[in-house]
Amino acid sequence: MSKGIRTRKGATISLNGEAEKIIKEYTSSSSVAIQPDDFFAMTPKLLVKEGTVVEKGAPIFFDKNKPEIQFVSPVAGKLTQVLRGAKRKILALVLTPEGDKAVKHKTAQWEKLNREEAIRLLLDSGNWPFLGQRPYGVVANPKADPKALFISTFASAPLEVDFDFLLKNNKEEFQRGINFLSKLVPEIFLSAEASFGGFFENIENATYVPVKGQHPAGNLSVQIHQLAPLNMGETVWTIRPEDVVNIGVFLETGEFSAQRTVAVAGSAVGAPQYIKTTIGTQLSELLDQAEVDQNLANRYINGDVLSGTATTENGYLGYFNNLVTVIPEGNEYRIFGWLPFLDNHIPSLSKTSLAWLFGKKKFDVNTNLNGEERALVVTGEMERVFPMDIFPMQLIKACMTGDIEKMEALGIYEVVPEDFGLVDYANTSKIEAQEIIKDALTLMIKEVG
Amino acid sequence: MNFLRNQLDNLKRPFAKGEKWERFAPAVNAFDTFLFVPNHTTTKGAHIRDAVDLKRTMVTVILALMPALFYGIYNTGYQHFIQLGTPFTFMEAFVHGAFKIVPMIIVSYVVGLTIEFAFAVYRGHEVNEGYLVTGMLIPMIMPVDIPLWMVAISVAFAVLIAKEAFGGTGMNILNPALTARAFAFFAYPTYMSGNKVWVSEAGNVDAISGETILGTLAAGQQVNYSLFEMFQGAIPGSIAETSTLWILVGALILIATGVGSWRIMAGGVLGAAVMGFLFNLWGANALMSFNWMNHLVAGGFAFGIVFMATDPVSAAQTTKGKWIYGILVGIFCIMIRVFNPAYPEGVMLAILLMNVFAPTIDHYVIQSNVNKRKKRWATSQLKTA
Repeated sequence: MSKGIRTRKGATISLNGEAEKIIKEYTSSSSVAIQPDDFFAMTPKLLVKEGTVVEKGAPIFFDKNKPEIQFVSPVAGKLTQVLRGAKRKILALVLTPEGDKAVKHKTAQWEKLNREEAIRLLLDSGNWPFLGQRPYGVVANPKADPKALFISTFASAPLEVDFDFLLKNNKEEFQRGINFLSKLVPEIFLSAEASFGGFFENIENATYVPVKGQHPAGNLSVQIHQLAPLNMGETVWTIRPEDVVNIGVFLETGEFSAQRTVAVAGSAVGAPQYIKTTIGTQLSELLDQAEVDQNLANRYINGDVLSGTATTENGYLGYFNNLVTVIPEGNEYRIFGWLPFLDNHIPSLSKTSLAWLFGKKKFDVNTNLNGEERALVVTGEMERVFPMDIFPMQLIKACMTGDIEKMEALGIYEVVPEDFGLVDYANTSKIEAQEIIKDALTLMIKEVG
Repeated sequence: MNFLRNQLDNLKRPFAKGEKWERFAPAVNAFDTFLFVPNHTTTKGAHIRDAVDLKRTMVTVILALMPALFYGIYNTGYQHFIQLGTPFTFMEAFVHGAFKIVPMIIVSYVVGLTIEFAFAVYRGHEVNEGYLVTGMLIPMIMPVDIPLWMVAISVAFAVLIAKEAFGGTGMNILNPALTARAFAFFAYPTYMSGNKVWVSEAGNVDAISGETILGTLAAGQQVNYSLFEMFQGAIPGSIAETSTLWILVGALILIATGVGSWRIMAGGVLGAAVMGFLFNLWGANALMSFNWMNHLVAGGFAFGIVFMATDPVSAAQTTKGKWIYGILVGIFCIMIRVFNPAYPEGVMLAILLMNVFAPTIDHYVIQSNVNKRKKRWATSQLKTA
């Protein structure tokens, strides 16, 4: 066990609509999709044509730049539609499930595999994209030599899930997944919220790390920064807790496992709850289950309110997220809304609002920008929610000017956009920090690689 | 409210994208967003946002300025009637001051905002709220009898040269309000120093004794005010700088709301106290032996360190940098006071000087972070090599 991490910077935004701790099963979805944008900076190249019937676990596309990484179908069914956007960019591969045929892999002897064979197995079976890589937050490079694998079971963002509850029936599979993954890396760090580690505390073959602190303490970047800070040229791998389980299930059955337990939460959700379903399920069916009135103007978010991706009620569950948040849109005017100490129903980290007086009160939020974009004026507010030894504002400015040398020096290798979620939220000038960091990372991948 | 909203939407129609008056949209939007926080929703990045915005921040600063401003208005009348020797009531003093000061504020806002609006339209961005504070600060640090046209020219100079020439709000190196005062100070010295300018209509009185405390000291004379009088503020000086008491109320608002940096304020007081104390020990002349506590409450030090040095754009931006910056402002302020009898008040020049050095301070603070990271890289490469 590591002596743990304690962060003092950050913030908790308490929101209404936390998911009730019941898990309902929902596996009979009529439409499933994979969205290539869930894999940062990956260019998909299709392996099958529209109309093809594929088995569960059959490859449907691969990464143009790393052809050995292939992505498989989460269900058995027909590739009914390839949704394309501007410049024929692939937005989503829509599958209609039918039958239950699945590709079988030989996994009975997994304990005897060496590192190369283990990597080969993950690549062939389509489990590889579960592994992420820092810097940049891309799909792991099978040829890389990472110094560790990081798993955070502490989801600290607003309304996020409790992984100990979410995976309570998968302890065995989780341990099996860890055992297998320990073949790939010298060390596995498994973190959990310090006050309650749950079953993660007793997992073997991994270093348990208790983490104490407000959001973004649960973010991998913060934990990597503390435990094994990334130097130029180094890599670490990452994986989400439920995907460890998916690998564990795969090893047992030999079939690709696309289990995704997702919390549908937020103030616009009638019955916020956990639903066990499949990666890429169409949201409308989950939303019905959770009693969301889809006629209202809502914001549907794949992920949390700070760093998630906006979608529609007919959109699809993201590849990685365990949370769908639904909050009302906020396209309304507020008369004299800029007066300090008024409108305290909006949560605020600034003391120019009296919202902080309410202590533990939970807030209803909407998507209003609460102002307009302005020049960067106020200083110190980004640092307050950024628990890393990095100057966030200076890094953002370096990213805006595209000065690669400066970005490297200020720590671009150690961050991903989600770490700037609270910076987006808190900054007075309404600067889109996550967007700036994302563009900068794209530039880094292009120029430095 | 809906009626008002609809009227506004109708009025704004010709300014919409692709319409006739599109270019002037920033000017109209400035008025619209003054009435209503707009209905804009998040399109990228975080889906929810804090209630705070630049308007709210700037309005908080203005709130913090109010106690000092109101006392300044009263004190203007008070000094006037005291020198005349006529009896007066509180209201009379206040009204006299208001007649002097409100026109200055109006001139400052009209001239400054006109330039700001023009630049916003010219550059095609929204009007930034920074000038709301600057425009209030400028009259507050002027002598009461300065002609309005000088206020106008100082404002124009500050906004054009100190701010817009550098790219507008957020980009300026010098604090615009202090630049306005420095401009007036060097361009019209007879209106900005001496013993007649600090009391309104002092020209009408023969035996005036309206010298500021620091001016008196610089001239080598004895100060007739007690520490408490200096603290409470019924002394001659620039309009709103005299009352440390009411400036402290403003400081509390700034610190409690987190809008002003307490580190800069604390650093400034610390720097000035230590410097003043060291000079006390030396004690070679009247200025040096001026008690260090008096230094903190006399002149514009309190106003400068609370409202000017804390301007986030022109101050140091890193946490460590803020301490260094604040301490140096304090040190230089007292040093200029003591060593430079031509400029009895040192706080303006100390802050402007440190404005110029703030990026340098930040550079070294950031560089130490960068060096730490590069050192880590170097040791890791040694290990793998």
